[in-house]
Formats: sequence, C-alpha cells, structure tokens
Amino acid sequence: MPLEWFLAIRFLKEGRAQTALIFGGVAVGAGVVVFLSALITGLQASLVEQTLGSQAHVVVRPPEEEARVVERPAGAVLAVRRERTPQRVQAIGQWQQVLEQARSVPGVIAAAPTVNGSAFASRGSVTKAVSLRGVEAESYDRIVAVSRKLELGLFRLAGAEAVIGKGLADELGLEVGDKLRLAGEGERADVFTVAGIFDLGNKDVNQRWVFVPLRSAQNLLDLPGGVSTIELRVEDYLKADEAAQLVAARTGLVAESWTELNRQLLVALRSQSASSYMIQFFVIVAVALGIASVLVVSVVQKSREVGILKAMGICTGMVQRVFLIQGAIVGLVGSALGSALGAGLALLFANLAQNPDGSALFPVDLNATLFLTATAVATVTGLVAAVAPAARAARLDPAEVIHA
Amino acid sequence: MPEPLLELKEVVKDYGTPPLVTRALRGVDLSVTPGEFAALIGPSGSGKTTLLNVIGLLHKPTSGRMTLAGTDTTRLDDDGLTRFRARTLGFVFQFHHLVPALTALENIVVPMWSLQGRRDESMRRRALELLDAVGLAHKADSRATALSGGQAQRVAIARALANRPALVLADEPTGNLDTASADEVFGLLRRVNRELGTTFLIVTHDPRLAQRTDRVVEIVDGRIVSDEAVATARDQPRPVSAKA
Repeated sequence: MPLEWFLAIRFLKEGRAQTALIFGGVAVGAGVVVFLSALITGLQASLVEQTLGSQAHVVVRPPEEEARVVERPAGAVLAVRRERTPQRVQAIGQWQQVLEQARSVPGVIAAAPTVNGSAFASRGSVTKAVSLRGVEAESYDRIVAVSRKLELGLFRLAGAEAVIGKGLADELGLEVGDKLRLAGEGERADVFTVAGIFDLGNKDVNQRWVFVPLRSAQNLLDLPGGVSTIELRVEDYLKADEAAQLVAARTGLVAESWTELNRQLLVALRSQSASSYMIQFFVIVAVALGIASVLVVSVVQKSREVGILKAMGICTGMVQRVFLIQGAIVGLVGSALGSALGAGLALLFANLAQNPDGSALFPVDLNATLFLTATAVATVTGLVAAVAPAARAARLDPAEVIHA
Repeated sequence: MPEPLLELKEVVKDYGTPPLVTRALRGVDLSVTPGEFAALIGPSGSGKTTLLNVIGLLHKPTSGRMTLAGTDTTRLDDDGLTRFRARTLGFVFQFHHLVPALTALENIVVPMWSLQGRRDESMRRRALELLDAVGLAHKADSRATALSGGQAQRVAIARALANRPALVLADEPTGNLDTASADEVFGLLRRVNRELGTTFLIVTHDPRLAQRTDRVVEIVDGRIVSDEAVATARDQPRPVSAKA
C-alpha cells in the first residue's frame, strides 16, 4: 500500500464520529439520487408502456387530401377559394413497396400494414360505432402485442374472425365464439366470429377497437387491395422521431412518430426528467459541500500532524494526495451505502404502491448502470470536494504549525 | 579541525513584504562539526526559532550561504529540500507532534517509508530497535494518544532518528515536561549523541539545560553574540580550577 493511502485510511479511521457522519451524509445523498432515478425511470417507463401499449411508434399514412385547381387556362389569373375537403379513407399506393422501404430504414424493427376506418358493430338490436382495424395478426402483433394482452381466446384473424376489446364485449354481451355484425361504407357488411377479447389498458381502445383480417377491412371500407396506414416499431422508442423522418423522406408519405401524437406526454416526461435532474444536481452539490467542509475541518484539526509530516520529508504532493484520497474514499464508501439505501427505499416504495391484484403499480428501475453511475459520480464529487482542503493542507507551512 | 557538518555564512532572513519587513536574522555565521552537542539560547524574539527554521530547511534564507552535510542547500528546489531534509535532518519539538492516528511504531516507520517510497520489514525492525533504545519497546503498538508526555517525547526522538540523520534539531525538547521526564529525555539525547555520534543542536531558553551541553551559542536581535564551549568537571577541567 502506498504511504498516502495508509495515511488517508488512518486519518479517516481516527475521526470516527466525523467519518461516520460524513459517510451518513453521502449515503443519504447518494440514496436520494438512486431512489429518485429508479422511481422516475420506472414511472416513465410505465407511462410510456401504457401509451405505447396500444400505439405504434411510427404511423405512415398518405398526405391529407387537398382541393386542387382542376384546370388553369393559359395566361389566366385565377382567384382561388380553397375549401377544405372531407378526408376519405385513402389508400397508400404501392403499399408493398412502401412496406419494404420502411423495413429497410435503420432502427425500424417491425412494420405492419393496416386498414383503418369507422364501422358499426351490432348484435341483435344494439349497434355501436367502432374503429375498424384490418390487420395481419402476425405482423401487427409485433407492433402492438395484442396476443399478450388477451383476456380470452386468441389473437387470430383467419377467415371471418374478429378480435374485440373487453369494453365492446361487455356492451354487446359478446363472448369468444359469438357472432358479430360489422357494417362499413355504404351497404357493405359482414358477420364475424369473435376469436379473442383483449384488454389494452385503455378504456376507449377497449370499447372501440375491432381487429379484423386485412382483406375484410379492405372490403368493408371499400379499399380493395389497399391499406390506409403502415405502422412501425423502432428499436428505441425515444428515437422514433428520427426514424419517422427517414421513413417520410424515403417514401414521400407522412410519417408521424408517437411523440407527435403525444406531445403532452413527452413534455410531461421531459419536465419530469428535468426536475429530477435538478433535484439530483442540488443533492450532489450538497454532498460535495458536506465532504468539503468535513475535510476542511479535518485539515485544520490535523494541521500540526501535516506540518510534522512535511518536516519529516513527506512532500507537498503526497500531503495533497492524502486528502484527495480521503475525499474519494468518502464518496465511494458513502455512495455504496447510499446505493443500498436507495435501492431499499425504492423496493419498499414499490411494495407500498400496489395494484389491487398485488402487482407493483409501476416497476422501479434498479439496474447496475444506475449504481455504477451513482458510485462514479459520488467518487468524483468526493475528489473534487477534496481539492480545496487538499490544497490548503499542501500550503501549510510546517515551521508555522509546529512551533505554534 | 574536521570538515564542518553545518556552515552558515552571513545568513540574513527577512519576514514580511515591503515596507513592513522584519529582519529576523542579521548576518549569522555558524559552524557545527560532526558529533557536537550544542545549545542555542536567546531571549524570545531573538531569532533563535528563525535560525532553527533556516537550519531545518523549513524556511529559505533571504541571503547568505548555508552548507549542510556538504550540500549547498540554497541551490535546492522545494522537493529537493524536502528529500534532503528527510535524509539529513531529524526534528524533536517542544510538543511531540506524533500523529495521533498512528501507533508509536507506525510514527517511526512513516519517515522511513516516505524516504524510501515503499514499506518493507526492515523498517519495522529498525523502528522496534529505536523504541527499545528509548525504552519503549513495550509501547510499540500503543496509539500515540495513549502515551504520557515523556513517553511521547521519547517516541518523537526515536522518530527523529529513524532515517539516521546527520543532524538532529531539537526545539525546547523538554519545555513541556515535568522535571523528572525532562531529565530522562535530555539524558536520552545525550546518550544518542555519545553512542551514535549524532550531532545535536538544541534550542532552549533554560540556561541550566544549556549548561549541560558542550557548547552554547547565544543569539540576540538576530546576531550571534556569544559562542562558547561549556566546561564541565567531567569532560575537561574548568579553566579557573585548571589555573588554580
């Protein structure tokens, strides 16, 4: 062991009460940082999960229809009054090609064609307006994992099968195997068998969404062979914007990421992160000030010993390192204790906030990166906090302190 | 006349910045030969502590030359001075200034460790020998805080000797001790001087203590005003009685 480590450890051991207090202070600080990070990360992940549980990361659709001037006589000056046009369900031209293009965009991990439109679902005399979603079960399941959110039955859309939400099932009194009539554009209507009942965690979605085979939706919505949107899943949902831009550029269509459709959620997430970072920053500052003040006191208390050590031939650099090492040790050990404390708090909190079924209301996100970051930040903080006291110790004039 | 161990020529030391400059040493010439056991006396404010700081390489002289163990110390930089000090000088102070966080033994090991860069078993053995020499081998593993004043000062002497210094500087080494402990500590310094041939320069304001050394250098107002060998009955006949 180098002499400076030996001395640093002995100095820390000597000031037992002081050392315990500062370890406690750093531990509480690091604990707050770990707890807050775990909580906010977990909370945000669960919020995003709830939102993205029934939503694609990126939706590709044709541009909105606009009225165009049909005819412009040569040389004529026209006064044009543009009226907004009602938006029909439009088909994406050459959608197979668009699908391939979208799949080739970096970051995109799945793509599924869908046909979306309005329809009426009826059973007996009861009729409900629903949102018809024509999909291929296999490809769509990779966009929104319906198969994992089924209450009953299967996510299977073969022939004339439909998968409905539990809200609609309740309203129409439907069970798996029952028949359901869906009416679309004009006189187009068909009868489907309920294959599964899902719960996507959103009341509106559970009441309105009806999944039917792609072909059936095309037929009901009068969109033969076409699809109205292509939905994408990206690797990192936080980078959905970039993927959307790339897709839009490659396909010439409109690509909207979930962040555009959920501005408020994103703003909420960002401000949550910002306030959490702010709190963590000030906690770190407080911890740094605590370490620095304890070390300054320790330098003052030990000025004679430091003086005599210097008189005995311990060089200025070594004296400095003795105190820097103390700062780093305080940061390291304190944050190790604090990580345990923060993790304990987070788990306790997760246990207290439970759903009625006993599962955690939201998962706290405790991972190795969090602990490593907290430890590294605290150690560096300790080092930085020790710079001024160490410099002070190094400046001590041995002659002054030993004759005093 | 052997080569002097320590030689000061016209050493001047100023403190403060203009216009408030205090001249603490006003041209000191001093020469100490190896094996001497000398006392430096003077009233407070006379500059004896300043002289000790200069000789101890803790402060640099403003002007003048100083040679210690054959090295012109005015030419060394800070780190060079620190290393040279560790090799050549031992310090004993009025207050022992042992590091309380360490045991008696560790206090003695630290200067050796610091000088040689890494610890080895020989340092522990040497520290034990030194503790044995000052009669405190049984206190090796006691915390510095658990020692009495006299014991702590003896450990401090052992620490001063750790790196086999050519010159030991002692500043009021017995000033803080009761008479019995003071006698014991002084006797120890004397014994080290006789047995190991270590040179001592002892600062004191106690004339009785000074009379028990071999040479008394008196400094007043930053100048050496007298420098006399002390005649003791045992070492050499008193000049007066010799004449008689």
